[in-house]
Amino acid sequence: MIHNATASPAKWRLKRPSIIPGFGLTLGFSLAYLSIIILIPVAGLLWRTAGLGWSGFFAVLTDRRTLDALYISFGTAFVAALVNVVFGTVVAWVLTRYNFPGRRLIDAIVDLPFALPTAVAGIALAALYAPNGWVGSLFMPFRIAFTPLGIVVALVFIGLPFVVRTVQPVMEELDREVEEAAATLGANRFQTISKVILPGLTPAILTGFALAFARGVGEYGSVIFIAGNIPYVSEIAPLLIVIRLEEFNYAGATAIATIMLIISFVMLFIINLIQAWNRRRYGNV
Amino acid sequence: MSEDTRTALGKPPAFRNPADERPLAKILLIGLALVFLAFFLLLPLVSVFVEAFRKGWSEYYEALIEPDAAAAIRLTLLVAAISVPLNLVFGLCASWAIAKFEFKGKSFLITLIDLPFSISPVISGLVYVLLFGSNSLLGPILKSQGITILFAVPGIVLATVFVTFPFVARELIPLMEDQGTGDEEAALSLGASGWQTFLYVTLPNIKWGLLYGVLLCNARAMGEFGAVSVVSGHIRGLTNTMPLHVEILYNEYNFVAAFAVASLLALLALVTLALKTLLELRFGAGAAGGRH
Amino acid sequence: MFKFAPGLGRRLGTRLGAVALGLSLTAGIVAPAFADSQLLNVSYDPTRELYKDFNVAFAKYWKAQGGDDVTIRQSHGGSGAQARSVIDGLEADVVTLALESDINAIEKSGKIKAGWRDRLPNHASPYTSTIVFLVRKGNPKGIKNWGDLVKGDVAIVTPNPKTSGGARWNYLAAWAWANEEYKGDQAKIKAYVGELYKRAPVLDTGARGSTVTFAQRQIGDVLLAWENEAYLAGAEFGKDAFEIVVPPISILAEPPVAVVDATVDSKGTRKQAEAYLQYLYSDEGQNIAAKHFYRPSKPDVVKPELLKALPNIKLVTIDDPIFGGWKKAQPDHFGDGGIFDQIYKPGK
Repeated sequence: MIHNATASPAKWRLKRPSIIPGFGLTLGFSLAYLSIIILIPVAGLLWRTAGLGWSGFFAVLTDRRTLDALYISFGTAFVAALVNVVFGTVVAWVLTRYNFPGRRLIDAIVDLPFALPTAVAGIALAALYAPNGWVGSLFMPFRIAFTPLGIVVALVFIGLPFVVRTVQPVMEELDREVEEAAATLGANRFQTISKVILPGLTPAILTGFALAFARGVGEYGSVIFIAGNIPYVSEIAPLLIVIRLEEFNYAGATAIATIMLIISFVMLFIINLIQAWNRRRYGNV
Repeated sequence: MSEDTRTALGKPPAFRNPADERPLAKILLIGLALVFLAFFLLLPLVSVFVEAFRKGWSEYYEALIEPDAAAAIRLTLLVAAISVPLNLVFGLCASWAIAKFEFKGKSFLITLIDLPFSISPVISGLVYVLLFGSNSLLGPILKSQGITILFAVPGIVLATVFVTFPFVARELIPLMEDQGTGDEEAALSLGASGWQTFLYVTLPNIKWGLLYGVLLCNARAMGEFGAVSVVSGHIRGLTNTMPLHVEILYNEYNFVAAFAVASLLALLALVTLALKTLLELRFGAGAAGGRH
Repeated sequence: MFKFAPGLGRRLGTRLGAVALGLSLTAGIVAPAFADSQLLNVSYDPTRELYKDFNVAFAKYWKAQGGDDVTIRQSHGGSGAQARSVIDGLEADVVTLALESDINAIEKSGKIKAGWRDRLPNHASPYTSTIVFLVRKGNPKGIKNWGDLVKGDVAIVTPNPKTSGGARWNYLAAWAWANEEYKGDQAKIKAYVGELYKRAPVLDTGARGSTVTFAQRQIGDVLLAWENEAYLAGAEFGKDAFEIVVPPISILAEPPVAVVDATVDSKGTRKQAEAYLQYLYSDEGQNIAAKHFYRPSKPDVVKPELLKALPNIKLVTIDDPIFGGWKKAQPDHFGDGGIFDQIYKPGK
């Protein structure tokens, strides 16, 4: 399924020969562990969905309620991931390039969304962005919490570390001599950034975007406190899954989960393929 | 990350490196980053601590030593102590196989490792319920053997492992790919065994990335709510982890205690990150993959 | 390869061994916790305070009767989610949930024997409750009855009936009033209930989430709440901020209790579990329930001052022909595509 450009066309080989040992052992263990923890349980999920049959699955997929919930989930996750790509890259840049008071503290709290339970994050954000909250009151009469905008706020919070932490290591590795060379050749700073630095960062930014997006689509704990949860307006797909479970409709719940899973998986796969292609093109390995 | 690539903001440089931004642009960028972080990270963090200390230190302390809270803290530490090493071993194996070799289906395998990111936490707990529940294929068999997985520690560990599965591998794969295979090939050709090569050549190269992956994995393992909530059974003092205990306290309108336990989780993350910074300072920053 | 594998294999083996040991140890720690004299009561959210008191009282009573030392563990959560956990293997000795339909679902899985509703007095509901209004101090919008909820610009806070048991009682109470008001005209009843939910800016997933939205976030003019939750909210968020308005007609919410036969038979705790639920109907049990603002099923054994807070109003039951019992009302109103789903129109 993946055509390795350098593999000889005459003979199909799983792996390119290498003198480095341990391929069998490490890949074997990884696959075994992957199967036990992820693949078998997910297969169980798909099997449960299969109980619906094609027509049942199709009915869930084409239901207006499902479609609207998916649209809200994917839409808000997309906007949040975009916000994170822009500001996350700026944050990563500021953290790697500049020295200013409190830099290390800022560096540390970027990981906060991983550590804080999502429910706590949701409660704290809802309190802040509610019409009577510290931030929410600044924007009145424009409402943030309990609208789709509230969902975006929660998802920006959840996804930020994914972007910063994938972009930051690559930025640290950037060779400053290349920038200096660009400057010597007459490029102004803007040109250097847009023509020299950003292209090198693109794969990392793309990965960060994909991870933040995928994570945002499925997020539940923090969103339900700030979303408003009105059907067709601010009802996210994971909430619809919970609602189906409350109806003891497991197949309906797993069907929505499967749809979300497939979309996210395909998107992550495409981005990983782009990465692999990128690596080969620039001959990094 | 070395200091020489960074310019201090305070003193105006006599000569501006053409590969630097103008000071004004710098200040604007820093300002932009700080404002953004203030709204999305700092304020929520501050509000958690403000709520936690609303009634002073003694209430805060009381909330943490209360037996059910202490049980929740112990359980959370236990779960992290089991699931983080598991994912650490996996992360090392997977990144070795993926980064040091070229093989078919690599991108597909990486995507499979990413899979837990794309599954809603609501579902990542449910998959184990579908697998081990009373109405599943395995559930009755395990029950007849006296093995309890769901609504007990093993189920909570499984759900946590699932959610934190990609973190170490995700951190190591790009780093190891970037470093290539030259160092290892050199070591091997000089007569080192595979194990020695890994231990003395690869490991020092990736130690910071590894540490970082472990810290993120640990933070997420302790903070996971959705997936664990499905498999925990919410038995007070027995199967409630810290995040679940926070929810219980919040639902009892005991806001001070709820935010106190939550602030402990935030603190834990800050302490581990402070530790990482300390280690970096002590053993030389920039080791995080500077070798090519 | 051969040099590499044994070394790593050994280390790996030790690590895996350590992990396996860890897992078996933890399993060992958990197992004895389910000893014979332990009961697990799986309940819904608003009963935390009630059972905290009741468990102490029962343990004392059971000991005095010559029974063993019984400790009761509590699990609280959304009523439906708790029922699902029991179905999927959570070893509850007794369930004390918000809705009959949730226990019916457990019955369907075979863990509770049929006829549980007749095994204890009063449809297996030792205490009942109803739905009242919590309004802001001074009742600025003048809300006295269900009809006032859809007047002017009144905004209503109620949880999502799809995810919260309490919210279903809210919905049914509104329906019961409308049925009386519009003399059973289905179209008018639906229009009223639809208008009611259009005035809800937030549908929280649980009853306590709604209380926080109303009390702390200052959203809405009126909160539809369990009677006991309304009193508790008043106590927690300051009595001066809110007023309770009891409408002249509401629903009789009957939160049922049942012994989980499958668990007690395998654990051998039937005796304790049955005594535990029986004790809810005792004088002491009834008084504890009333103290927490639940309506006792035997008001004659309860101290009169406790009953003062629970005024007599007209209460419609779920078994009333307009609903036809939970087995009919649940799919009709709250099922996928049911009447509640029809309120919301796509593509706003």
